[in-house]
Amino acid sequence: MTGGSQTIYFRNKPRVMSGYSIVGPKEAEGPLDPYFHKRLRKDDFGQKSFEKAECKLHMSAISGAIIAAGLTPADVDLNIGGDLLNQIITSSFSARELDIPFIGMYSACSTFGQSLIVGAALIDGGYIRRAACSTSSHFSTAERQYRFPLELGTQMTPTSQWTVTGAGCTLLGEKGNIFIESATVGKVVDFGITDANNMGAAMAPAAAKTVVTHLKDTGRDPTYYDYIVTGDLGIYGSRLFLELLESDGIKAASIHKDCGQMIFDKKQRCPQGGSGAGCSSVVFNSYFLHHLLAGAIKRMLLVPTGALLSKLSSLQGESIPGIANAVVFERED
Amino acid sequence: MLSRSEYIKLDQKLSPKSKEIQTLIFAFLVGGLICCIGQAIADLVKMGMPNAEEKVIAQIDSVAMIFLGSFLTGLGLYDNIGKYAGAGSIIPITGFANSVVSPAMEYRSEGVVFGVMCKMFVIAGPIIVSGVTASIGIGLIYWFVGLFQ
Amino acid sequence: MLVTYLKVFTVGGLVCLIGQLLINLTKMTSAKILVTFLLVGVLLEAVGVFDAIKDFAKAGITIPITGFGSTLAKGAIEEVKTAGLLGALTGGMKAAAAGLSSAIFFGFLFSLICKSRTKV
Repeated sequence: MTGGSQTIYFRNKPRVMSGYSIVGPKEAEGPLDPYFHKRLRKDDFGQKSFEKAECKLHMSAISGAIIAAGLTPADVDLNIGGDLLNQIITSSFSARELDIPFIGMYSACSTFGQSLIVGAALIDGGYIRRAACSTSSHFSTAERQYRFPLELGTQMTPTSQWTVTGAGCTLLGEKGNIFIESATVGKVVDFGITDANNMGAAMAPAAAKTVVTHLKDTGRDPTYYDYIVTGDLGIYGSRLFLELLESDGIKAASIHKDCGQMIFDKKQRCPQGGSGAGCSSVVFNSYFLHHLLAGAIKRMLLVPTGALLSKLSSLQGESIPGIANAVVFERED
Repeated sequence: MLSRSEYIKLDQKLSPKSKEIQTLIFAFLVGGLICCIGQAIADLVKMGMPNAEEKVIAQIDSVAMIFLGSFLTGLGLYDNIGKYAGAGSIIPITGFANSVVSPAMEYRSEGVVFGVMCKMFVIAGPIIVSGVTASIGIGLIYWFVGLFQ
Repeated sequence: MLVTYLKVFTVGGLVCLIGQLLINLTKMTSAKILVTFLLVGVLLEAVGVFDAIKDFAKAGITIPITGFGSTLAKGAIEEVKTAGLLGALTGGMKAAAAGLSSAIFFGFLFSLICKSRTKV
């Protein structure tokens, strides 16, 4: 990552040992249901508050991934996790239950990309052997923190997204066919969108800039990848993303997918699809990991996208900065 | 890549618009219906208390409508109505009740004092503050004008 | 009587329809729209026009938040007549007492007995 390049190459191939996804009832009713590892029947997960439920979700994802790899927590060197709540309490409190050194992460819905990059870098550098990279989100906790009380009779705007209730964890280590080949760390990009209900438009420039930079740094054509997968731009944000790429001469429409668009069905009444820190980790660790392992996907670029606002920043009249981190997953035959 | 201003223009041009006609119809129907319920309650009260002052009937009517909004919020039904009805459920006084009861319920997990009592008016605050302030303003104007009569 | 209810329904529906237009066409939040309607009610009462509308539409104009605004304004105006300057401060609250107290009371009550449910 020198000379203006934002891309890191992982020569020692940090590998995906396992992945785990656990989701809420609404997500389980969506088109990706067959790929999830666990589905909740009720999104309070038997807990007294939704915050406690999200904590349990997050912890379940991490332990699920560790068990799926045939390991115990003692075999994992680092727990790298993040979420959307203030002071990332979900990740911190779930880390409390696990006896693993913890690094908390935050870049909104792009946190999963960030966690993967840090985990991969530490493994590639030989500093650690294995890292659990996880994120979570919960509709009710996010709604309370960023928007409105649950029982308030508001109407969703046409650009609104539905925060995904779910947690996903990827365990990186020394074994496995799938590895992280490289990653591009994004810069914070703000194109002046102020509407907190139009996150897709706020994040699309950051996603576009990161992808353009990645392709320039690596000298690759978009068709090098079977898929370029954004985190949660939604239907409208994806459209803007592709327009931005086109304006730079990059045509990626045929290979573009968006986790937010994939996780919910149009019938499920979310105008733009899903969003949230858990969105990309849940969709990656279910659908995409499945297809990578089956050999149906050989190379993909995962670009989780985040909107770096807070309720306070919006009230103070600030626009919404976005960020996107890109991670390359490849299959070794 | 597009510049910032070009991008903002693109967003304004392409931004999806709501299903306008449908939202307007629902707002009209639900709003009208809630007002009819209010009228029915007022009429019932008048039948039961034929000598009551108009002001008293109006007060009982508003308490009843606030109870209705609060009750439906408590049952978890008001937000389902609001999903479709939009302004039809926000503008009537039942919407005001909903805007008080919903944060009260929501913040219970933060405790009765610091959750419920502190944050109960987080949505309805502007209504109370602006309403009371405006009424004081009007009162002052009337008093001032009254000095010259 | 049917005519009365028709008038109530139409006017009430129209007021909400205007609110919905504001939601659809402007970037105004619900709070700002509600405050606007409230102040419209205050103003209509202040210029003495609200009663005429109320005679026609009855609950159609009093049930929306405009009614709350008119109650507040009317209270202040009447109290000023009897209590002078102090009435400006006390009148509005006095008139709106029923609505405010019940909102506070039911808010508190329901927070104790009901729990926020998840949205679908």
